[in-house]
Amino acid sequence: MAITREEVLHVARLARLAVTGAEADRLREQLSGILEYVKQIDRLDTRDVVPTSHAVEMGTPFRDDAVSPFGDREALLSNAPEREGDFFRVPRIIED
Amino acid sequence: MAIAPVHEWTLLEAARRVREGEVSSRELTEALLARIAALNPKINAYLTVLPERAMAQAAACDEERSRGTIRGALHGVPVGLKDIFCTRGVRTTCGSRILHNFDPPYDATVTSMVLSAGAVLLGKHNMDEFAMGSSTETSHFGVTRNPWDLSRIPGGSSGGTAAAVAAAMCFGGIGTDTGGSIRQPASLCGVVGVKPTYGRVSRYGMIAFASSLDQGGPITRSVADAALLLSVIAGYDRRDSTSVDVPVPDYLAAAGARVNGLRVGLPREYFEGGGLDPAVKASVERALKALTDQGATAVEVSLPHTSYALSTYYLVAPAEASSNLARYDGVRYGHRAEGSAGLIEMMSRTRAEGFGAEVKRRIMIGTYALSAGYYEAFYGKAQKVRTLIREDFGKAFGQVDVLLTPTAPTPAFRLGEKTDDPLTMYLSDIYTIPCNLAGIPGLSVPCGLSAEGLPVGAQLLANHFREETLFTAAGAIERAIPLPRVAPITG
Repeated sequence: MAITREEVLHVARLARLAVTGAEADRLREQLSGILEYVKQIDRLDTRDVVPTSHAVEMGTPFRDDAVSPFGDREALLSNAPEREGDFFRVPRIIED
Repeated sequence: MAIAPVHEWTLLEAARRVREGEVSSRELTEALLARIAALNPKINAYLTVLPERAMAQAAACDEERSRGTIRGALHGVPVGLKDIFCTRGVRTTCGSRILHNFDPPYDATVTSMVLSAGAVLLGKHNMDEFAMGSSTETSHFGVTRNPWDLSRIPGGSSGGTAAAVAAAMCFGGIGTDTGGSIRQPASLCGVVGVKPTYGRVSRYGMIAFASSLDQGGPITRSVADAALLLSVIAGYDRRDSTSVDVPVPDYLAAAGARVNGLRVGLPREYFEGGGLDPAVKASVERALKALTDQGATAVEVSLPHTSYALSTYYLVAPAEASSNLARYDGVRYGHRAEGSAGLIEMMSRTRAEGFGAEVKRRIMIGTYALSAGYYEAFYGKAQKVRTLIREDFGKAFGQVDVLLTPTAPTPAFRLGEKTDDPLTMYLSDIYTIPCNLAGIPGLSVPCGLSAEGLPVGAQLLANHFREETLFTAAGAIERAIPLPRVAPITG
């Protein structure tokens, strides 16, 4: 199960990961190897099998839709790489 | 009889002696801080040590005790936490550069429970970056060394916790296990490690890797210590929607119970194939004999889909990880790349600089497996195979109470031995991964030493919420096979 260099670059864009040319080549090789290995599961017939998303069976838990304020705004904002007053500051969103 | 040095006491002993006033929490904490100061430069088990905070907590515990107040089962006992549990006001890195400066504004539920039981927090333990690894070599902050042989890895991803416990740099610690990350390092460091049933321990504030597989659990030097520590952290938490509301039984009593009549299953698929080291096989057979000598019966069972577990795991876990790790974007906390012209460039460069090679590899596999046109063939298919693996265990637990297997195929390997080939590294979790996919509890207990004197662990698996059975069987193995509790620190 080989994947192409173009696919690697496409997936890296989806994952918001900047990759260098050398990294893309290495990832192409390693991902192809791993995908080749995991494709073993294709040998199993799973047409009538129900997928598992949670291993322990449980219903959807409900709670009251009540607000509980966190309270410490400063503790949250003090982690910001860049802030302006009570806002997180980021580079421009609409690129030219 | 001479009393063992303070740092070598079990957690249970330390807790009892503080409670009964034989020793102060300050004496315990000072002894362990001295031990950390002497050994951590060699072992690198702690990423953060908190001497002032720990001594202040210890003093508060001593003062409360003098007034007759005991906070809980861990009153005044120094412990450590894997650096994946958020600790308010204490840097929490998850072993990653992207969180090198993250100061959590809240405590994880596990952190709160350990602290409200009276424990003193010594510091935060090293780990593979975002818990992705089996050797602690993917940590951004350097590898942790195995205290049994400093040229070898401690296992991973909770390698810092296992090494700290084995080297007596704390009385116990809490790690996390997504595919073996508590049990495999426990096995390689000669200590006890428990991965509880999915939903048994709250994941709130535990930094997410693969949400349908992650569970926190104890690492200690004795089975009874693990039972006590699990009873402190287990229980329902409304802040974790996958937390299960079932009563927490008396694990400590279970650790001392008898095994006669216990049906022990040996899954034949775990003993076939060439990957299993003969010393590991012999040690696990010794563990089986310990159980049958005490009245348990051995039954051969089959888990026919075992060979598909690793493939299933390496689709499910990276898919969930790629989604969970999308939050690290340089906007609200953590590392941010400097000098970007626009937002997308800033995020892509932040993530390229902040994540290491293994984390990037898994984000890439996960993103690919979830991307348009591939979702059904990869993630959807893996979720179906997961059902088959779960059903294998369901059938086995119709026949037996507990399963006995090796924890890891080999004793600890050397630093750098497997870092070049991701697939070879992944194979060191081959016996531990099926348990996470099925959501059942698993425990690793020391059961022997290899010819080179390296520890070997046996893995016990039980049905959902049957942790007591694990403690009962592990207690019987521990009583029958005496082994050193504290690593000799050689190499």
